This record gives sequence, structure tokens and C-alpha cells, in this order.
Amino acid sequence: MDAKVIKPEAEGRDDNALKIVGTSPVRPDGVPKVTGLARYGADFALPGMLWGAILRSPHAHARIRAIDTSKAGSLTGVKAVITSADFPEQKYEFVGPERVAINFWHMTRNVMAREKVLYEGHAVAAVAATSKAIAEAALRLIEVDYEPLPHVIDVDAAMQPDAPLLFEDMITRGVEPPPKNASNISKRTELNLGDVDAGFAAADEIVEMSFKTAPVHQGYIEPHACLARFDAKGQGEIWAASQGHFVVRAFTARLLNMNIGDVLVHPAEIGGGFGGKTVIYVEPLAAALSRKCGHPVKIMMSREDVFKSTGPTSGSSMTVKIGARKDGTLVAADGLFKFQAGAFPGSPVMNATMCGFAPYNIPNVRSVGYDVVCNRPKSAAYRAPGSPISAFAVESVMDALAAKLGMDPLKFRLMNACKTGTPTAWGPKHAHDGYAETVKALLAHPAYAAPLGKNQGRGFASGFWFNNGGESSATVHVNEDGTVVVATGSMDIGGSRASMAIMAAETLGIAYDDVRAIVADTASIGYTHVTGGSRVTFATGIAVVEACRKVIAELCARAAMIWKLEPGEVIWENGCARPADAAAGKLEPMPLKAIAAKRALTGGPIGAEASVNAGGAAPGFATELCDVEVDPETGGVKILRFIVAQDVGRAIHRSYVEGQMEGGAVQGIGWALNEEYIYDDAGRLLNAGFLDYRIPVASDLPMIETVLVEVPNPNHPYGAKGVGEVNIVPAMAAVANAINNAIGRRLTELPMSPPKVLAAIHSGQK
Amino acid sequence: MSKHHVTTTLNGNAVEFLCETQQTLLEVLRDELHHTGTKEGCATGDCGACSVTLDGRLVCSCLVLGVEAQGKSIQTIEGMAEGTSLHPLQRKFLEHAALQCGVCTPGILIAARALLERNPDPSEEEVRFWLAGNLCRCTGYNKIIDAVLDAAHEMRGG
Ligand code: FES
Ligand code: FES
Repeated sequence: MDAKVIKPEAEGRDDNALKIVGTSPVRPDGVPKVTGLARYGADFALPGMLWGAILRSPHAHARIRAIDTSKAGSLTGVKAVITSADFPEQKYEFVGPERVAINFWHMTRNVMAREKVLYEGHAVAAVAATSKAIAEAALRLIEVDYEPLPHVIDVDAAMQPDAPLLFEDMITRGVEPPPKNASNISKRTELNLGDVDAGFAAADEIVEMSFKTAPVHQGYIEPHACLARFDAKGQGEIWAASQGHFVVRAFTARLLNMNIGDVLVHPAEIGGGFGGKTVIYVEPLAAALSRKCGHPVKIMMSREDVFKSTGPTSGSSMTVKIGARKDGTLVAADGLFKFQAGAFPGSPVMNATMCGFAPYNIPNVRSVGYDVVCNRPKSAAYRAPGSPISAFAVESVMDALAAKLGMDPLKFRLMNACKTGTPTAWGPKHAHDGYAETVKALLAHPAYAAPLGKNQGRGFASGFWFNNGGESSATVHVNEDGTVVVATGSMDIGGSRASMAIMAAETLGIAYDDVRAIVADTASIGYTHVTGGSRVTFATGIAVVEACRKVIAELCARAAMIWKLEPGEVIWENGCARPADAAAGKLEPMPLKAIAAKRALTGGPIGAEASVNAGGAAPGFATELCDVEVDPETGGVKILRFIVAQDVGRAIHRSYVEGQMEGGAVQGIGWALNEEYIYDDAGRLLNAGFLDYRIPVASDLPMIETVLVEVPNPNHPYGAKGVGEVNIVPAMAAVANAINNAIGRRLTELPMSPPKVLAAIHSGQK
Repeated sequence: MSKHHVTTTLNGNAVEFLCETQQTLLEVLRDELHHTGTKEGCATGDCGACSVTLDGRLVCSCLVLGVEAQGKSIQTIEGMAEGTSLHPLQRKFLEHAALQCGVCTPGILIAARALLERNPDPSEEEVRFWLAGNLCRCTGYNKIIDAVLDAAHEMRGG
């Protein structure tokens, strides 16, 4: 299925000047990845290496009265045993930007339980031994004296005044005056724009509905794994698959009370993350074990551990109300979003409150969020964290409201679409266009009006995601043969080496194959934030282009020296230095290769580093079309057609941009139809494996169709916008709206699994 | 507990190893024979990342014991290319950008080769059902299916 590219503002732009940007060359790291030679987190070994294993809580909630590790410690072959006593206490404070604040007091307790275990699978101790089998045997010798406590799993139940408390002294933040009693509500946030009550008073039609979504796991195929080697001097190295080796370094050093400079993290290839590998689990444990015994220690999580102990994204309970005038103009929106944070505060509910209504120009908005702890693993980022959840509610209500108004759901969205200058509920005005263009792309698509058969339905939905910029570093070195090495600090999770090489080759004016892009370790490049928030092509791309421009300036200076001209008299064009004006003489342009060959004579190695804190990231918008067929006998839903129209700014590596859109849509389809955490009455997860936690497989799906809408970002040298995340945002609502169109029943609870669909078909209510 | 001595063939080469009774073929390949191209995604037979062939049969190496490899011929991803010349499936996976993170790729390539050996001209649906045991969380499968169909076309001499 050929993807489409739409360039709404192509007039006046010279896209033809771009030679490599927008093509799809083979990635530099491709061959090792198809021959099995690429090394992922679990693929490293060192002489004398030990195997680490982690003892995990069988209880959803219990006080730890005592842990006796003496028997385990004296088992032959066991070299180290650790518990929370091996980690220093951390200060209780929230640090960093409010949306993504971190509290190390929580983090150290999440990697190793202290006073209490707060979820089944919570780590309580770890051992390192000479074989996997001995390490496992040692775990069985550790005696933990638990006092089981009542637990709570559901978010609404956790908010009740008599709910079992995870933290007996937690007072809700964000409420004035602060509540007197402790609760599981970590935080309340509220956004306001205009006057919601007045807005609803002016509405002709109002729709209000409540929704529930299940927590879902990122489902990366590679379980967390690392190898750590720490020595008695207190220096160490870690090989880990993560979305950010600088973050692994910072967090591990902090939890072990070490200097950041004493920890070196090597970037292993990463087998998927989707946000779930922006935090640490096994790294500080392997490091602490290694530090204790002086041998290298490797830890691999099992798939069961991944499901029970690492971050899913939040489940939620939400109520959304939207009002419009008869002509379709939106006048007011009110949202209540209650999110399960899991065992420690920090759900993405604030993002949810911000993103839900963001695609629309609504003069009066209130958006309230609750961050609620419960006895589940601590939630972690998952692709546009929070936004898909609120979008499920908002976009379902938008669909119902369009029906009530008798309007086409896409035209209804288009007439209310945000654009540059539209106010947002969180303060600043939108600074970029792009949303309306995604809606128009689907309105113009042949699928929009294609006929449907029996039991079939069509749904639409839209989504917004911020996209990040931030800190990134890159170096560019010109080799003596005229090839170029580009190093960055960004883990390559889906082809970013290729997009870095494209941008470098385009900027330098040389061939793609003459650029080798690598990911450097934490000692070899400047700080670079995680590969997340769709930030790499934007922010790290800016660093690469800036470093290339410095290299170009140096190449021009070297050419000037060779030609005996002033540096300002030479410019760079098509990969060559040439005199700035023809009058400078009849000198042939000097290619990069020729300058590189003379580098020793003109001053030595040629290279540059650029470190940036990139602002100006443009948000992502996507609108999706879904056609389904519902089996009235079984309630099974088959996806017949799925189209993602996304504003990508400008695609740097076209195939990998399409790949992000296809992959994000399919994750959303899994979230919509199959995926959920199922607990028993004791708070134990019943489906901690890929057999029962069913992510989409190839036979579940049609070809996902993509429409790349290119509204370039003026703040990036090639117009790039983040493309990794927003594609998942509309997906669940698009599926729900299609099911509603097929069966005339609106499903408000995820996943929309066959029993629920069947119940809806058989229910009287619409 | 003494280990078992196993004699087998790995990617055409005679190999001997010692393993514990409970060690799976996946663990033996990765931990004893240092062939880490075969991946562990679940160790319960649900993801296909560990796919290898045993006497030509496609298996999840996490569900096979190391001792079961005695006298058999194992093919892993490390043996798929002929020297420096990639198998058409490997080449097409690169050309079609059929991998993002790439951790599912070795298993999918082994499974796809097993398909094309049995059915050189599969339909899209046949490819989708054959690969239904191989999870990929990154790609949404489009480009994997395209790459397999394109490789099949090329291998048929198309
Ligand atoms: S690791 Fe064998 S099927 Fe998943
Ligand atoms: S490419 Fe990442 S799981 Fe398939």
C-alpha cells in the first residue's frame, strides 16, 4: 500500500533543493540487526560474570517486618545479596518540570521495597551467583516476614475515604487548604480557560459521558536487561538497553550515592521501549551487587517480571462533557480525569488534562486531573503518555456530539480546529498549524466516502501531542578519506542513526554512504536526554546540523588557507568550498574530500561538537479513520481499514516516519480491542504473559495506511516535527467510533473485547 | 549435578557443548555457545523471538531443551547469510525498513525463511498467518509483510 505525502503549503518552498532528506536509505546499523550480530541489553558478557536474580513480592500490599538473607548468602556460589539496606535513603522532594516530576524517595523504594511492598512483583532482595540456577535457588532461601495488608487496585475504589492507604501520611497536593486526612490521591490539578458554566449555558447541545480504560503495557519485545561491572574504587560501567544512557547514569549514580563521572554507561541496542525504558529497574540492582562482590553481574528480567514489575501506563476513570451551538461551534468543555499512578505518584494525568481538548478552539474549558496511587506497578511513560487516554473520552464525546448536531464528524472537527493563535487550557496559545490539515487530508481521501457493508462501521478521531525538544549533543568528525563520522548521545530505537546521517549528508552536501552515524557512550559525548517525547530527530537533529555547520566553517577556512584567501572569501556549496565571488579567481570548487586529504598541512583534524537545549519543538497532530466489521455472533471486531493522517513537519527518513505511524496505530488498536491487566481478588496479576496479554499479531491486521501531512516546523533546519507518538492518540476512539457506527452502541470501557461488544449489542441502551 | 555432553550441528558446523538438564536450547545458544542473535522475548513460547530451525523444523528454542539438540542440525540467524552475502530476506528487510528496534527481526527472518521453503509464493494472508506467532511491537507489521512478499518474488526469479 503506497503511503501518500501531502504538502499543504508547498508553494514558495523549494523541496527539490533537498537531495537526501525525505528519501529512505538503508540504516547504518542495518546489517548487524539482520544477521544477529547487533548486541542488545541481554547480549553482553564479561569474564567472571555472575548472574543476578531478584526476589519479588507475592503480595499486593504488605509490611515487611524482617528479611533474613543469611541462608541465601551462605549457599555455595552466591557472591552477594542485597536488600534496600544497601541503598542510601533519598530526600523526599519532587524535582524537575511538574508534568514529569521525579521523586528519588519513591524511585529508590520502587527499585527495592523498604518498609512495605506495594504491588505483586515489587523487588525485595537480589542475589548474584555463579549460575542462573544457583541464583534462583538462593532466592528461595531468603526469608521475608510479611504482614499482609488490605490492597486496592481500582482507581475509583482507591479514592474512597475508607480505602487502604499505600502511604499513611500522603496529603493530596494541589488542594487549598490541604486536606487534613491522608489519602491515595497524590495530586489534583485543574486547568481553566474562560467560564465553563457560562459556556454550557450558551450551548444548544451537550453530551456528557463517563469512561474507563484499562492499564496497558508498552509491550516491548526485549525484557529489561543489563550487565554491570563496578570495582572497589567505586567506579563502574553498565551495558544497558534503555531509552537514555545518560538517564541510566544519573539515576543509578544517585541511587548508589556515587559521582556521575564515576559511572560509565554503554548504549546497548534497545529492543523497543515506547517510554517504558526511560526509567531504571535492574541497573541499580546489578550495580549494587557488583559493587558488593567485585564481579560483573548480569540481570535479565523474565517476561512475567516485565508485566508485574515495570510500568504499564495508567488505567483511568473519566467523565467528559462538551457543549456546542446548533451551527456546530464548540462553546464549552469540562473533563474529569482520574488516573491510576500505580504504587507511586506520577501518572501522566496532567498531560491528559492538557492534551484532551487541545485540537479544538473551545473558549471555555475546565480540565481536572487526579493522580491516584494503588497496588499496581508504578506507571511509566507510554507513547504520548496520558494523551491517548483522555483522547478516548474526548473523541468519543465529539463523535456523539456531531451525531446529535446532525453533522459530519470530520467537518465538525474541522470547523472547530485549532490553529496558530488558538488559546490552550494551560496558558500559551498554539504556535503551529497542522491539525486542520490532517482533517482535510482524510476528507479528501477516497476512503472517506467509500461504501460499507453489513455489520461494518466507520469512525474518525483526532489527537494532539506536545513533542519535546531539550538537551542533545553531537560530534561530527571528518576522516582523512573524506568520510564523516557523526556521533550522538541518542539511543537509536527505530532508525535514528539513519535520520542523523541523512541530515548530516544533506547539510555537508556529501553522499549518505559517506556518513557513518553512531551512538556514543556517556563518557564520549555530551549529555543527551532520553530517546522519548519524539525529540530525537528534532533536538538531536539540530545538534547534528549545528555541528555540521561548524565543520563547514572550518572546511571553508582550510580551503581559504590553501587558496591564500581570507576565510570570509570562501563559501560552501554542494559539498565543495568555492570562492565567494567569481572575482576571487578561476579556482575550481574544492570538495570535502580534497580538503580532508590536506588536513594535516592546514591545522590538523577537522571536527566539531554541538550541544543544544532545543526549544521550538512543534506539536504533533493526527487524525485517523477506522473501518471495522463486528461479528454479531461473537462480538469480535475486525479492523478492515485504518488510515493515519499525521502532520510530520517534514519526513527526514520517509520509511521510518511511516513505520512510526503504522506501529503507533497498531499499538492503539491493541489498546482498543485486547490489552488489559487482569487481577484476582488478592491483587495478583493473572495475565503476566504474551499468551494472555494479547498484543496485536500480523493476522489481526490489515495494511495500515499512512498519509504524511507536511507542514514544516520553522524551528528545525529541515522542518522536522516529532513523529513517534501522536499516531497512537486517536486510535482507541477511532475504533470505538467505528464500532458505534456499525452496531449503534457506544462502548465506553476499554478494552472493547468480544464479551463487552456482545453485551453492548444485546443491551437496549444506545 | 553433572552436565550433559551434547554433540550437534550449528549452522553447518560440528559443535559440542555441556549443559544442565533444565537449560533450554535458547539458553545454550546464548549463554554457552555465545550465539546471542537468537533473542529471548518471553521464554514461554509466545513471542517467536527465539525462533530457530531444528532439522529444518521451525521451533521456539525456548521450548526445546538443550539436550534435545543431540545429533540434530540447528539453524540460527547467525547462519542465514552466506559469508558476506545476505539472504534475500535479510536484504529486503533492510530495503523495506522492516525493522525498527530489530529485536524481533532474527526470529521473524528465520520464520519467514521456513515459510518460503514450504511455500515460495505465499499470499499476503498466508504470510500474516504464518508470522502470527512472531510478535513485533514496533512496526505494525506492514513493512515486514511487504519485505517477505518482495523477497519471495525475487527468489522466484521475478
Ligand atoms: S522467547 Fe521463545 S517464544 Fe518468546
Ligand atoms: S522491530 Fe521492534 S519488535 Fe519488531
